Amino acid sequence: MNLPIVLGTADWGALFVHFMSLSLLAIGGAITTAPDMHRYLVDEQHWITDGQFASSVALAQAAPGPNVLFVALLGWNVGINAAAGVGAGASAWAYGLAGVVLTMVGIMLPSTTLAFAAARWGHKNRELLAVRAFKLGMAPIVIALILATGWILAGGNGEPIAQWRLWLLTALSALVVWRTRLHLLWILGAGALVGALGWV
Amino acid sequence: MSQPQSLSDLFWSFNRLALQGFGGVLAIVQRELVEEKKWLSPQEFVEDWAVAQILPGPNVVNLALMIGDRYFGMRGALIALAGMLTFPLLIVLALAAAFAGVSDVPAVQGAMRGMGAVAAGMIAATGLKLLASLKQNSMGTLVCYALAAMTFIAIALLRIPLVWVLLVIGGSACLWARHQLARAPLQQAQP
Repeated sequence: MNLPIVLGTADWGALFVHFMSLSLLAIGGAITTAPDMHRYLVDEQHWITDGQFASSVALAQAAPGPNVLFVALLGWNVGINAAAGVGAGASAWAYGLAGVVLTMVGIMLPSTTLAFAAARWGHKNRELLAVRAFKLGMAPIVIALILATGWILAGGNGEPIAQWRLWLLTALSALVVWRTRLHLLWILGAGALVGALGWV
Repeated sequence: MSQPQSLSDLFWSFNRLALQGFGGVLAIVQRELVEEKKWLSPQEFVEDWAVAQILPGPNVVNLALMIGDRYFGMRGALIALAGMLTFPLLIVLALAAAFAGVSDVPAVQGAMRGMGAVAAGMIAATGLKLLASLKQNSMGTLVCYALAAMTFIAIALLRIPLVWVLLVIGGSACLWARHQLARAPLQQAQP
């Protein structure tokens, strides 16, 4: 499913600036800013669908590598929609890659620059009161952000009553991951299987 | 202790690490860098991980930057970053492109719906696991749970932009933590 959208230069710029602005807020990983990306891309700008958002996160989780790559897929989907779908061929690729570059550079550049500069300083001053206070104080916030991300992604399942089987799948996988050490790929695979068979 | 032999050693080591990181990257990072390659002692790893975690940005990416920088300066940091991201990015784009071609097949849509539901549960479970770590937080368990609950409500239910939540709730939390630490410096002696 694609929604054809029209993106002007200012919109591409806004996409880049929004991801740049989220970069330094991504304490605990890019995934903690996923709720804000969802608010911006899906609710506010209507550049991608709820389904595209959820599948970007799911694909990035299923693939190897840092989970920050879901950001590349969000950019990819914005580009594909701007090219009016993959049917557009070469221009879809060009737009998709432009989306990848803008979102990835946006989300990475500020945080890596800061990490580079601050890592030595933080390492040297790890006994400093301010450093310890920051670490302690942010811990519950970061954890709540991760939980909120799970909640908002589960919202992609649809209405809890109509889509109770998907919600049950989410709850069951949360329970299994929380309580067992089963490899995550098995759980994702099981989700794909029950989905492909049309059970959820 | 061992160390990366060259920039290409750094690149391929982080590439290997990234390609094994399905979901639980932290476990892979620890096994590769501490147990296999012995670039870090367990103590160094815990310290570096804490710093990588409090800085914004992906934790593993921050850790790669720090280690690359330590041995080869800025070039090392960039090479480690490239090693971490290049092949995984190509793989995830190939997956997305393959998915786009078959995205209207009902079975594929169903599979993605199922994986999306599981991914939501996996992330929620990560949060649930980490909740246990708040028991050691010297702000007190109750204060921590209250801060976490406020943050969850603000973000998940009220959909307030993240920057305000971090500034207001995060800012107050850090001030409170600073106050607590300043009051009881002796209890905070290093374990």
